[in-house]
Amino acid sequence: MLDESYYRKTDEIIARYGKEPKALIPVMQDVQAEYRYLPGELLSYIAKQIGITETKAYSVATFYENFSFEAKGKYVIKVCDGTACHVRHSTPVLEALWKELGLSKKKHTTDDMMFTVETVSCLGACGLAPTMMVNDQVHPSMTPEKALALIEELRRNG
Amino acid sequence: MIKTVEELVQAQCNACEEIKHYDCRILVCSGTGCIATGSHNIYDIFSKLVKETEGVELVFSPCGGHHDEKAVGVKKTGCQGFCELGPLVRIQKGDRVIQYVKVQPDDCKDILDKSVLGDEVIDRLLYKKGETAYVQPDEIPFIAKQTRIVLENCGKFDAESLDEYMAAGGFSALKKAMFEMTRDEVIDEVDKSGLRGRGGGGFPTGKKWKQVARQKETQRYVVCNGDEGDPGAFMDGSVMEGDPFKLIEGMMIAGYAVRANDGYIYVRAEYPMSVARLRNAITLLEERGLLGDNILGSDFSFHMHINKGAGAFVCGEGSALTASIEGNRGMPRTKPPRTVEKGLWEKPTVLNNVETYANVPKIILQGADWFRSIGTAGSPGCKTFSLTGAIENTGLIEVPMGSTLRQIIFDIGGGLKNGADFKAVQIGGPSGGCLTEEHLDVPLDFDSVKKYNAIIGSGGMVVMGQDTCMVEVARFFMSFTQRESCGKCTPCREGTKRMLEILERIVNGQGKLEDLDTLEELAKMIQTMALCGLGKSAPLPVLSTLATFRDEYIEHIVDKKCRAKQCTALRRYVINPAFCKGCSKCARNCPVNAISGVVKKPYTIDSDKCIKCGACKENCAFDAVYVEA
Repeated sequence: MLDESYYRKTDEIIARYGKEPKALIPVMQDVQAEYRYLPGELLSYIAKQIGITETKAYSVATFYENFSFEAKGKYVIKVCDGTACHVRHSTPVLEALWKELGLSKKKHTTDDMMFTVETVSCLGACGLAPTMMVNDQVHPSMTPEKALALIEELRRNG
Repeated sequence: MIKTVEELVQAQCNACEEIKHYDCRILVCSGTGCIATGSHNIYDIFSKLVKETEGVELVFSPCGGHHDEKAVGVKKTGCQGFCELGPLVRIQKGDRVIQYVKVQPDDCKDILDKSVLGDEVIDRLLYKKGETAYVQPDEIPFIAKQTRIVLENCGKFDAESLDEYMAAGGFSALKKAMFEMTRDEVIDEVDKSGLRGRGGGGFPTGKKWKQVARQKETQRYVVCNGDEGDPGAFMDGSVMEGDPFKLIEGMMIAGYAVRANDGYIYVRAEYPMSVARLRNAITLLEERGLLGDNILGSDFSFHMHINKGAGAFVCGEGSALTASIEGNRGMPRTKPPRTVEKGLWEKPTVLNNVETYANVPKIILQGADWFRSIGTAGSPGCKTFSLTGAIENTGLIEVPMGSTLRQIIFDIGGGLKNGADFKAVQIGGPSGGCLTEEHLDVPLDFDSVKKYNAIIGSGGMVVMGQDTCMVEVARFFMSFTQRESCGKCTPCREGTKRMLEILERIVNGQGKLEDLDTLEELAKMIQTMALCGLGKSAPLPVLSTLATFRDEYIEHIVDKKCRAKQCTALRRYVINPAFCKGCSKCARNCPVNAISGVVKKPYTIDSDKCIKCGACKENCAFDAVYVEA
């Protein structure tokens, strides 16, 4: 059971966009931005509030890659695997992060909920390939060594 | 508030005056690339330094008031183009501009003392090519050889200031369209200009607007496709970040022309900076009355909305994009009816891409004939490209249609990185193909490259050297489209999966020669049967590499060889006995005990046991381990 405060926050977010079916995606985006994931209970709540079926809300939420029903780490690391990054060797960066954090293609988030590692198709900073994004900040010209140093720094910051 | 034409003209004049009153403007590049290399920190340092230093004063509106000190503005501009050399800073005094590259926090004080307070140029921060150091940005070959229409303002002024946009003549085109032209004349002018959809389709923009204008339904929409999903493309993002007002002005002109009162911009979620700049622009325009009801005292009202994408490439397709704005799964539907008849909420909709709208203001101002004087007869105007990959100067460029790859890659791009040999350039992203040496002099426009199984597409251009495996490139794109296939139609959903399986087999050294025929057969099937543009064009990367680099496919299959040494499974690690000192370090680091030997004598690798992890090569102090292709 989610705490009451989650529902109040969701009400607040729904109020920004209006209780209309078209508000579904922006509302889910804001809820996810707030909690770093989309709690299933809230999805049902949103559906009811904006007047669509739970099935519909679920079908939309699962269609888009950005929505996650699982809680993500404090630092969400998106390693760019766009064409420009790929030809400038982004794969070793991803593999180094996986190895360091004990993650894989299947396991995205560390058990201590500190780090989530994902890939993304393009961050639009191709001039500085390979790149990766930590939360909203883009890091340029990555190497496996730089990626590991960054992890160290984030760990120190807690 | 700007409620009349006179007030608009007055506001433009005031803005112009303001800019002239600056003694110096420090223009810090604030594109995604430069922000990543720390340009916001540079911006903060300059702002602080200017405030603290005697003799200069940080001002936001220099007009009025007496200034005993030099009036200095610190501005965040759009992409200055040279992404790899960021953070980029320009020091502007009147017409004189100095371009500095790779500006670090420690350099700021120096720049302020020497170039802002004084008139000195700091040599170590200039862009250098060979023996030459360039001071003015316009002299740098990378910039000098471009023609900039859409990007003309990018990097020159504050992307977050409406006044700076107006000082550059912003909203003159809207004024001209609304008060000197009828709606039909606006559409005719765009039609005559020959402007074609810059998102890749190349459909004539004027024709699209005409089709919407003649619909019976009076509720209409203007939608902008800012879902730039092609990996390796960042042109539209740079326009949204660098000149958001121009995009909005273009959409407003479209809205006026087709009698629409609402405009939607769909921006992909990976572009937070674009979203922020557009939001800022819309707020400023609403505050000044340039967006909202009865614009400039007329009966034309226009409201702008922003929708953020949620990570689905297929939403770049028109009907999927409108479905997503409506709050649905972003899946394409069968056409007809087309978007011009039944688009957003089933209403007639003008749907164009960012770059297309950004071309409109200048066409209205300077006329169709001017636009037609640039580019080729079939594809007038310029095209932006993002130049990336194994190239010396990566960055954002704009060139006339009909420019050749040679001009783009070698004259502007400076050739391949570290003087490597050119192999191919991938254009058009996952829907495009590869062009090679023999295509270097083909003029690039919407029609010319189609014969070579490639498309101009939205303008992503990834340059590849000899160390790139073309089979792996085909696999890479197929895995992208397969992952992004929405799953609605069988040819795309199943077809891309089967093609990917075959390609994976080939790069793993398990391919058969028949696979190549099957690939071609599947490709043709998907091209003819898929529901939407994403599916129809998905096989192009495979077809174009098969046509041009068939011998590489055959090498992978028959000889189990990857000449670019990129395909891990086909690599063979070997120890050169001439260099091996027999230190046993490789053997100790091998995770599968595949290396054996006697200390102080050359070791050997058992390739049957080897898992090709490369640990031996990494650990060898004598460079004795090498990869055999």
